[in-house]
Amino acid sequence: MKILTGNDLKTGAVTWWDGVQWSLHVEDAVDVGEHADTILARESAARRVNAAYAIEAAKDEDGVRPAHIKDRIRALGPTVRADLTLKPADPDAGNWVI
Amino acid sequence: MYKYDTYDQAMVDARVAEFRDQVHRRLEGHITEDQFKPLRLMNGLYLQLHAYMLRVAVPYGTLSSAQMRMLGDIADKYDRGYGHFTTRQNIQYNWIKLEEAPDILADLATVEMHAIQTSGNCIRNTTSDQYAGAAADEVVDPRPYAELIRQWSTFHPEFNFLPRKFKMAVIASETDRAAMRLHDIGIRILRNAAGALGAAFYVGGGMGRTPMIAPCIRDFVPIDQMITYSEACLRVYNRYGRRDNKYKARIKILVHELGKDEYTRQVEAEFAHLLTQNIEPPGAELERIAAMFADPPFEAGVPDSFERSDPAFALWADTNCLPHKRPGYIAVTISLKPAGGIPGDASADQIRLMADLARDYSFDELRVTHAQNIVLPHVRKADLYAVWQRLEAAGLGTANLDRIGDIIACPGLDYCSLANARSIPVAQKISQRLAPREQEIGELKLKISGCINACGHHHAGHIGILGVDRKGVENYQLSLGGCEGADTSLGQITGPGFDEDGIVDAVEKATQVYLANKQGSERFLDTYRRVGMAPFKEALYG
Repeated sequence: MKILTGNDLKTGAVTWWDGVQWSLHVEDAVDVGEHADTILARESAARRVNAAYAIEAAKDEDGVRPAHIKDRIRALGPTVRADLTLKPADPDAGNWVI
Repeated sequence: MYKYDTYDQAMVDARVAEFRDQVHRRLEGHITEDQFKPLRLMNGLYLQLHAYMLRVAVPYGTLSSAQMRMLGDIADKYDRGYGHFTTRQNIQYNWIKLEEAPDILADLATVEMHAIQTSGNCIRNTTSDQYAGAAADEVVDPRPYAELIRQWSTFHPEFNFLPRKFKMAVIASETDRAAMRLHDIGIRILRNAAGALGAAFYVGGGMGRTPMIAPCIRDFVPIDQMITYSEACLRVYNRYGRRDNKYKARIKILVHELGKDEYTRQVEAEFAHLLTQNIEPPGAELERIAAMFADPPFEAGVPDSFERSDPAFALWADTNCLPHKRPGYIAVTISLKPAGGIPGDASADQIRLMADLARDYSFDELRVTHAQNIVLPHVRKADLYAVWQRLEAAGLGTANLDRIGDIIACPGLDYCSLANARSIPVAQKISQRLAPREQEIGELKLKISGCINACGHHHAGHIGILGVDRKGVENYQLSLGGCEGADTSLGQITGPGFDEDGIVDAVEKATQVYLANKQGSERFLDTYRRVGMAPFKEALYG
């Protein structure tokens, strides 16, 4: 599947296109199929996202998983500071990245 | 320390106001990201993996306690309670909000700091010896000359859009503690046979994808012509450096392609022309600057020894402290590399503690080192135990300077959008495994980069590690024999790379080969240079 990610313009936070708006959680990301360029152009022009781009991902029973480790780190947070990730209470969350 | 005059302060304040307006226009949609990006980069604001990242300039690594305290306060107020000290002697914050960036710059300006020219194709922060003004072996304090370069290079209209970024280092001792020959221009202040002060120029060094050791193109430029010669070096580069290929745009490529002799010939011709233009700053300005770097009021007759009955303290003192030029004083390196820690990171509380220690025990001064540690340059030996106790209580008492746990590591793929692999976890695993043996292993400088840009200086590591992306999987190349000092050398790759756990095993094997072959007091590097790569390859690959 193809999903969209970028950063919030004001805060810089990593965001994912959920079909309606930009979510902080990769599990909300939806397959945009052939519409990536259209959505990116519209959302960037409206300043609802910054530096956005399309990536490959897979979806299974565990949710949406970006194909590349860089985007998985973006999705979770730094693997070396569990307290700063989106799942600070889950010490095994980093395993999803690797 | 240098103190801003009204011109310095006015320039920095004006820049804050200008950037505040630029941010406002970006947030309001009056300018696009393509238009805004070069403006934010000129103010040190990057967009990294998780958020905006702000890189704050620390000129030649020198800080006052008030400045250091502000860095800690910014970490708390605008970031997530910590900062990352870098190999350019700067500090970076990883979780910055664009809308708050102008406020951060305004806060920095109140303590004579900024983020100008910490990015972009301009002359970056000039680095220097972290022991400047304290080291017994320096000819003079190199910082007045680094400050003169800072003033000359800041907003220099001709050099704001160079072919690529440009890094300079200034030292004033035979021992190179600033990786001087791995800079675009490395300057060594020295005296000639007649006792006159001058500058040796090394041009065309650097790391990155094409590492090169800078050749000396002029062994003595009179000190009152240093800026003019620098201008000539930059002018030839700006005119002929390649702009068609960013990977071949650094000055090292120009020097290499022209050849040292032809590049030098062109610089000398430009230098001769510039001498007629009288561009050198007036001597009075250098004298004004130098007066601000006069020695602090050292006391005479203070004890030149300290109590060593606490073995942990004695080990730390022997490992982390450097002899001082004045009897009774010592230069202290605070390691930001606890075993299993993140190299270069310090919490806001730790940053403020180091500021307090500088105020109370080191004439209000600190230094950031290119090895991502902090120095208190002027501590009375009589105060050393008290300083160590406070450091130890704050998790800053690690005794590992230049040991295998004192690892330089870039932020890597955990933070950096350019990285191909993570650096920090590898550093953590190596330091955890080998810290218990680091006194046995002795001096061993290990450096890790998460991509070929080499921010972690892996080419110059006695052991170097480069993270690469192999079809989406992290892989780590090992190199041996790099060195950044007076005997600068570039590491050689051992062979095929390793996975994350494999590289930790490989480093341990390399240390075992060293210990098995070590003769006398040889360091790892000495043994490697004597026995060569073969026994290491045998151990690593069988």
